[in-house]
This record gives sequence, C-alpha cells and structure tokens, in this order.
Amino acid sequence: MHLYVLRRLVIAVPTMIGVTLLIFVAMRVLPGDPLSSIEGESIGSVQLTAEQIASARASLGLDRPYYVQYLTWMYDVLRGNFGTSFWRGEPLIDLILRRAPITIQIALMAIVFSWIVGLPIGMLSAARRNSRLDYFARIFVTLFQALPSFFLGMLAVLVGILYFSWRPSLTIVYLWNDPVRNLQMTIGPSLALGLGLGAFIARIARSSTLEVLNEDYVRTARSKGLDDKGILYRHVLKNALLPVVTVSGLALGGLLGGSVAVERAFGVPGLGLALVMAVTERDWMLIQNLVLFYGVVFVLVNLAVDVSYALIDPRIRYG
Amino acid sequence: MTTELQTSPTLIQAGTWAPLAGPSRRTRTLGLLRRFVRTSPIGAVAAVALVLIFLVGALANVVAPYDPLAANFAATRREPSALFLLGTDYLGRDVLSRIIHGARVTLLVATTSVLLGDSLGFIWGIMSGYLGGRFDMLSQRLLDVMLSFPGLILAILLMAALGPRMETVIVAIAVSRVPLSTRVIRSIVLSVKELAYVEAARCTGATSLGVMVRHVAPQCVAPMLVILSANLGTAIFAESALAFLGIGIPEPTPTWGRMLGGVLSEAFRPPWWLIVFPGLAITLTIMTANLFGDALRDVLDPRLKR
Repeated sequence: MHLYVLRRLVIAVPTMIGVTLLIFVAMRVLPGDPLSSIEGESIGSVQLTAEQIASARASLGLDRPYYVQYLTWMYDVLRGNFGTSFWRGEPLIDLILRRAPITIQIALMAIVFSWIVGLPIGMLSAARRNSRLDYFARIFVTLFQALPSFFLGMLAVLVGILYFSWRPSLTIVYLWNDPVRNLQMTIGPSLALGLGLGAFIARIARSSTLEVLNEDYVRTARSKGLDDKGILYRHVLKNALLPVVTVSGLALGGLLGGSVAVERAFGVPGLGLALVMAVTERDWMLIQNLVLFYGVVFVLVNLAVDVSYALIDPRIRYG
Repeated sequence: MTTELQTSPTLIQAGTWAPLAGPSRRTRTLGLLRRFVRTSPIGAVAAVALVLIFLVGALANVVAPYDPLAANFAATRREPSALFLLGTDYLGRDVLSRIIHGARVTLLVATTSVLLGDSLGFIWGIMSGYLGGRFDMLSQRLLDVMLSFPGLILAILLMAALGPRMETVIVAIAVSRVPLSTRVIRSIVLSVKELAYVEAARCTGATSLGVMVRHVAPQCVAPMLVILSANLGTAIFAESALAFLGIGIPEPTPTWGRMLGGVLSEAFRPPWWLIVFPGLAITLTIMTANLFGDALRDVLDPRLKR
C-alpha cells in the first residue's frame, strides 16, 4: 500500500513540472506578453510612453531570457512568494489564502450534496428498473445534466431577489466566524453545482448498480433468502460505489471549472471571481499563480482519489 | 462491424448479386438510420431538433424578426409581448432576435472546436497507440499535464494568453477537448493493433502509415462519432460559460452566455426574461445534443448500453 502511494506521488512530480511549463509557455511565450497588450491602449487618460513600458518591463523582469524568468518564478513559488497583484500591489498569497477557503468549501459541499442526491436516486432507479421512479429519475438526470450551473445560479438569485428580498453577500465570511451568514453565502452556489453533479452521479450509480445486480453473488444472496434491501446494502452498495468514486474525482475538475461561473452568478468573492477579474484586467502574475493553484489542487485530488480507490479495491493495489 | 452483416439480406432481396463486394454505401446508411430510429425514438427526435436548431442558426438573417444589434431606446426593458415575443434588453434590442443569432454563434464555435479538437485527438490517439515506444510515452506525459487542468480553467488560461476573439475561443475549447479523445482513441487502437488482420497487413509488408490509415483508423470511426457528439454538449457549455464570464467572444456579437452574464452588471431588479430565455436556449441545446449523443452511442456501441 505504501509503495503504491509512493509510486503515485513520484509520477505526480513530473506532471506538476509540466503544468508549470504549460502555464509559463501560455502566459509569456505565446505572442502578446502582459505589457504588450496594455501598450496600445490608454488607461484612463494616461497613455504609457515607450520608456515607461521599458522600465515597467525591466522592473517585472520581463526583459530577461525566458529560462531565467521561468526559474525565478519557480524559485519564488517554492518559497511561497506568489508576487504581487499588478494593479493593486497586494501580495497574491494573501489574496489566495483569503479566498480559497470559500471556493474549497463550496466545492466540498457540492460533492457531498451530489452524493446525497445522486446515490439514492441512481441505486433505487436501478433496483426498480423501468418503474415510475426510474422514469422520473431519468428525466431528472437528463434535465440537470443539461442545465448549466451558472444558469441555475442566476435563476436562484433572481427568485431570491424578487421574492425574498435577498441580497448576495459581498464580503467574505468564514464558516468558523459566522456559520449562518457563511452558509447563506455558500449554500446557493454549492446547490447549483451539486445538482448537476448529482445528476451525473445518479447516472453512473444507476449503470454500475445494474451491472452489479447481474453478478453471480447477488443471485446467490437472493437464493439464500436475503431480501432486496439486504442485498442492496450488504452486497451491491460497496461494489457499485467504485465507479462513483472514480467519477467523483474526475467530476471535481468540472466542479472547479464550473465554480468559476457559479461564483460570478452569485457574486461570491472566491478564487473563481478573482481569476475572472485577473483575466479581464490582464493581471498576468495573478492568472499564472491562480491557474497553478487550480492545477495543484486538481492533481492532489486525483491522487487522493486513486489512493482511496486502492483502499476500497485491493485488486488495484496488487494489480 | 456487425452493421454490414445485418444489411446484407436487403441486398439479396434487391437482386444485386455481389457476394464479395460489401453493401453499397447508400443501403448501409439507410440501414443505420432505420436502426437508429428503432433503437432510440427519443434520439431520433433529438436529432431532428438538433437539425432544426442548426437551421435556425444558419438562417438567422431570415428568421430573426429584428436586427439583433439595433438599439431602440424607445423600447428598453420591455416585457415579452406580441411586438417583442421574448422582450427587449436594456438597450431595447430584441431578445428573440439575439437568441436566434446567438444560436448561429454558439453552434459555429461549438461544432468547429469539437471537429478541430477531436480530429487532433483522433490522429494523435492512433499514432500514440499504434507507434508506441518513446513517442507514446512522451504523448501520455503531455496528456497527463493537459488533464491536470479542469477543462474550463485550461480554456480560461488560453483565452488570457490569446486574447478574446472568436477564433481564440474555438482554439481554447478545441485544445481542452483534445486530451480525453486522444486517450479514448488510443485505448481502442491498443486492442485493435493486436488483431490478426492488422498483423497480416504488417506481414505482407504494409508500411506503418498504410496500416494506420487503411486498417486501424476505420475501426476508430464509430467511437470517434460517439466522442464527437458527446463533446458537442460540453463545447456548447464551455462557450456559454466563457461568454457568461465576459471573457469569450467580445461584444457586439450576440451570444447566449453574454446575454445572461450582461444582466449581472446592469440591473438592480433583473428583468426575468433576460435571464430565463437565454438560459433556456443554452439548456435545451445542450439537452438535445446530449440526447442525440446518447442515442448514437447506444446504436454504434451496443455493449455500452445501460
């Protein structure tokens, strides 16, 4: 088991280096570095002169060769120095640490919610195949898989504003400071994300349950007189769970991406909103480090999923 | 594939005597179509609906009642009425006309990016799977890296790097589609290349390129179609999400996502028709694409049927 985890960790290292290289190439090497896109425009009424641009370029280290720029960036990141925001001068590490808890909380709540909704619906609709319940479950899946989370979010905000005189909270409130106001801020986005994911989970759970129900040991269990409920809990649940776990890890990617749009719909000041702001303002250091943060989180989560998969299923460990 | 076996009896009935040649392309297509409708009536309805949406998009200039860009300050924020079926926005632009023109933009971007990204994945997957060795190893590590980004985040990164234009949106979505389709095609190639007929082709002295094009690629066409149709919905979502975030195709081009996102920056009391109708357009289009994709998968790959 330890060996398996170690091997997975070793594979993750070159992947992470590749991630930083890809971000670097996208942000600095592709035509149009951050300053050249600003050059032509006037910012307010001020037009940057050629000397100002040159000095800004030098102060940001953009005049140095690419490999020096890359190594400096890596050196800084490894020391926990994420640079400062180009427009606000705020240290980015502060910004990321302030906003990350909200985004991570929303993502985790969405996962939990999707399991609560998706698993029972999927398993029951498989157990009562072609019943009315199955029929409704499939409509639910079809509808919520197509419904974009940000549209769902906008609808929720619309209803909240029109009928409940609700206002989106604009400042960050952490769960450990004020649970009620924190939940008011996070429950909407996590529901909007979780319903779509829940539909996906229900679909996977349904097909994997159907598969397991056809196994020989289920027939054996039934022939020895176990009732349907017992079979579902004792024999089917654990085996049908495997694909759901794998898929949840993959889905977290969609969740992290989708949370960017949902945060905008609800006006939640999380990482996603910061990323959108950074892209519209061309705050390249912020873009670079935020995307890196998302990449690191995603790689780590997939690692955790692989490990937990190996914990549930011994075949993976020794295979 | 079994398709050809199933269609051959019709050939004999038609009186064509061609024991060695396969059925003509036309009969084969017709047989497939008939099977599609029989296996999945919902899928057939979805296919018709999808064609209709494409037609509306293609004929936007004819179908739309108003100019989607023309501001009309005498009629801003009008509720849906007989004059403006789906209402007007804060500049007095007709929402229905903007949705119809938005269909053109969304479908153009989604289809092109899916075709672009999956073709690349098709070729790359075949090469990576068939050639193996160092090329395969390097490809897989590169794909690992691309898969380390959530799809939408990768697209946002590319949008930031390339700047907001319609072509860059297409490229950004296409690139984020590549890794998964490459992986799927590669896994199919890995099993196909062990088959006897591929080995036979190699023994008779066929070149690698020849085997890949003649013998391996045809086996990957059906899965490719399934991937293409499954990715269409994802691409529509990605385009709308980028536009919603205000970093997709820039104004004044009407897009569904931007119509929805535009509401956030302007109103205190958001007019409901500015949220509901563009959102429904996105949802229904994704839903038809998904239903069609599922049906296609059921027909082309019966093993995967739920």
